[in-house]
Amino acid sequence: MDAEVIIAKRIARELSNGMLVNLGIGIPTLVANYVPKTVHVYFQSENGLIGTGPVPEAGMAQARLTDAGGKPVTALPGAATFDSAMSFGLIRGGHLDLTVLGGLQVDEGGHLANWMIPGKMVPGMGGAMDLVTGAKRVIVAMRHTAKNGSKVVRQLSLPPTSVRPIDLLVTELAVIAFPGGRATLRETGPGVTVETVLKNTEATLVVPDKVPAMDLEAA
Amino acid sequence: MQVVALEEAVAKIPEGARLLVGGFMGVGTPEGIVDEIVRQRKGGLTVIANDTAMPGVGVGKLIAANLVRKVVTSHIGLNPETQKKMLAGELEVKLVPQGTLVERLRAGGFGLGGILTPTGIGTVVQKDKPTVELDGRTFLVEAAMRGDVAIVQAFLSDYMGNLTYALTARNFNPIMAMAADTVIAEAEHVVPVGVIAPDHVATPATLVDYLVSHDR
Repeated sequence: MDAEVIIAKRIARELSNGMLVNLGIGIPTLVANYVPKTVHVYFQSENGLIGTGPVPEAGMAQARLTDAGGKPVTALPGAATFDSAMSFGLIRGGHLDLTVLGGLQVDEGGHLANWMIPGKMVPGMGGAMDLVTGAKRVIVAMRHTAKNGSKVVRQLSLPPTSVRPIDLLVTELAVIAFPGGRATLRETGPGVTVETVLKNTEATLVVPDKVPAMDLEAA
Repeated sequence: MQVVALEEAVAKIPEGARLLVGGFMGVGTPEGIVDEIVRQRKGGLTVIANDTAMPGVGVGKLIAANLVRKVVTSHIGLNPETQKKMLAGELEVKLVPQGTLVERLRAGGFGLGGILTPTGIGTVVQKDKPTVELDGRTFLVEAAMRGDVAIVQAFLSDYMGNLTYALTARNFNPIMAMAADTVIAEAEHVVPVGVIAPDHVATPATLVDYLVSHDR
């Protein structure tokens, strides 16, 4: 299975009925494709929409109905639109149950860097700092490694997005939680051994006696 | 409120103005006003906007025309021209978290001195800013922000200048319409008074100084 599909499917299992969820761009966006039919969540687009639906059919795009990347979306029945102050009030005010964001690095304390690489990539933080600081639960969806090594690091070398630690990291190799501020291996990816996870992880990882494999099928 | 020709409305914008531009990735940006700013070559602008859109769209047109000296924004990632000019030292870019940006503008329009937010604590955003402790939590003090002129896009305006917005084209528009000395609104449709019910007015006419119709 494709690494990004593994990550998206596993995170989809964290969703439950009635949640307000904000998905970042990249792998997080894929999560919407794997939400079980029996689970109804509200997706928020931070440009001012709750009830974000799939990409419209050909010819049905509406120029004033877009996601946070400016791309046309649909609005599901029961959708609501609002201005940017309300949108970030929802995010910072503890009304957002879950945000799923991409990551450049996560350190062993659960701190996330995901908004810039000094001298290389300076896109701006957009809503990322508000999302990580304000959402009730933060899940990071990212590949475990990059060309230059592990993205699960001892200490961030890139500028942090927030001092607030994330709640869960899901990669194609592992699910990692941060109880008591210590990176702890919760699950391994399909066909992945604990040794493989450790070999690909720079951070110090707490490994319990029993580490189950990821269950990717919806309950 | 005055209904004016587009040319006349844009002529009111001073050179070097602090310009608030509504819109999110160009959605909800008054493109007619932006095009006219480019045509009249209003330069030296400090633009405050959510993002710098894409080349050829919204704020992106002002950037490409070298009319912007400084931009205060949350995201420039989809406009390579902004990044190029920033790296070449031709454009000053001040990055602000999106929720902080809108709330600083809201404070500016609502008569507040600033806001206290947890966003940005312990990051580069905190640099040189005071913090305060309240109820055991640490907040960053972020100053209010205002513009000389706001340009906003509405879906409907009635003849008096009451505005409503459509779907995700609302975004920063109603906030910015509160936060500038002069407000120029471009309405996609101008409708008779009464078509917009009082309950549905998002920006009351008293906030709008000049109205230009998109239909013209």
